[in-house]
Amino acid sequence: MLKAKDIHKGFDGLGVLEGITIQVEKGQVVALIGPSGSGKSTFLRCVNQLERIDRGEISLDGDKMCWMEGEQLRYANEATLRRITLRMGMVFQSFNLFPHMSVLQNLIDPPVAVKKLPKKQAVERAREMLNKVGLSGKEKAYPCQLSGGQAQRVAIARALCMDPEIMCFDEPTSALDPELTQEVLAVMRELAREKMTMLVVTHEMSFARDVADRVVFMEGGRIVEEGPPEKLFASENPRTRKFLGGK
Amino acid sequence: MKVFGDPERLLTLAGLMLEGTWVTVKIFALTLLISIPLGMLAAQGRMSKRWYLRGPVSFYIYVMRGTPLMLQVLFIYFALLPMKVDRFSSVIISFSINYAAYFAEIFRSGIQSIPVGQHEAGKVLGYTRLQTFFRIILPQVVKRVLLPVTNEVITLVKDTALASTVAVVELMTVAKKQVSGMSSIEPYVLAILFYLALNGIAEQLCKLAERRLDYYQ
Repeated sequence: MLKAKDIHKGFDGLGVLEGITIQVEKGQVVALIGPSGSGKSTFLRCVNQLERIDRGEISLDGDKMCWMEGEQLRYANEATLRRITLRMGMVFQSFNLFPHMSVLQNLIDPPVAVKKLPKKQAVERAREMLNKVGLSGKEKAYPCQLSGGQAQRVAIARALCMDPEIMCFDEPTSALDPELTQEVLAVMRELAREKMTMLVVTHEMSFARDVADRVVFMEGGRIVEEGPPEKLFASENPRTRKFLGGK
Repeated sequence: MKVFGDPERLLTLAGLMLEGTWVTVKIFALTLLISIPLGMLAAQGRMSKRWYLRGPVSFYIYVMRGTPLMLQVLFIYFALLPMKVDRFSSVIISFSINYAAYFAEIFRSGIQSIPVGQHEAGKVLGYTRLQTFFRIILPQVVKRVLLPVTNEVITLVKDTALASTVAVVELMTVAKKQVSGMSSIEPYVLAILFYLALNGIAEQLCKLAERRLDYYQ
């Protein structure tokens, strides 16, 4: 479904991604793990068009966002990029809820403003998603009144309200304490059970092990190793073992 | 005590000054009405990636904030004289472009203080850049700039007195004329009270706006 091929990206000449190839199939959960600064988040942000790459190819169901013509990188036009990224949901580490809107407004404003969904339908859908993340009754609350775990679950609901085909998570629990982390992970596990396609950058090894279909271990802008969790977590590769805390 | 002891004369004087106050209020309101949107535009220009927008706008802000408003009022009045622009309009123009420059810097700092994550959330949810600005960024900016804007509003009430330099008949002009006419400082006392009253109202309105935006953090 999502294909990223040989992605290169540098900031001011400093290579951050040095040839990343990742493919996510429909209904799959792929976990990206690795030490801080390994380029996992940058990769996710490139997929979401929050950053531009230097070379490589990214496509969703064959719809190309960018591709190589010889040595030259080409990007699709604004409208095409918008159309494609609309099919992807994104959840940030820092939630990024809109503080001036209530929870319900946070959920209905994007579909109404962007997809021109009638308000009544948007509200219905919002309540459904709020229920799904276990926050029915919080419609009127403002983001500042929510705990981190609640805020992140609202952010997940907000992304779901746009009917994405693939959900991207950028360290969704890194700002949360262990208890709140579990709240959020429970919602993500539920999504995985419903066969939502997911690409998750995470430091939660238990989540990667238990939920992911495939785990990709990155370091220094390169993929060190990838495979099904049972294989990766039993890896013989010394670097992988060291990162995972083995001897 | 030439006037304050004589109710009839006091009433006449207060009436004259009230007329001047009305002109002051008009200058004040029109200036705000024009300078706030103009300031928002200038803020955008000041933050533009395009040098040919950013450069001239930065220079304009530098000149407006770097020279006396009184000089600007006089300069624009005389510069526009050949085009038959009346005194009142020329004052509105001077005040508007001067205050727009101050507002531009306030708005710029307000816009830049919004976390980049808000723009990113807007983008990944499919908002256009215009939608992101008007639906997500601007409402938050309004709350953040309310205090510095209140300061400017209070300064503007007092700055309207500079319209008297080109003889627009507003509160200050009336007060000056009456003081020299009756050789008494009593009209100044009245003027002080009128300015204080105007600023009291302006401050209350700003406080009201602040309370209305108090519904989040």
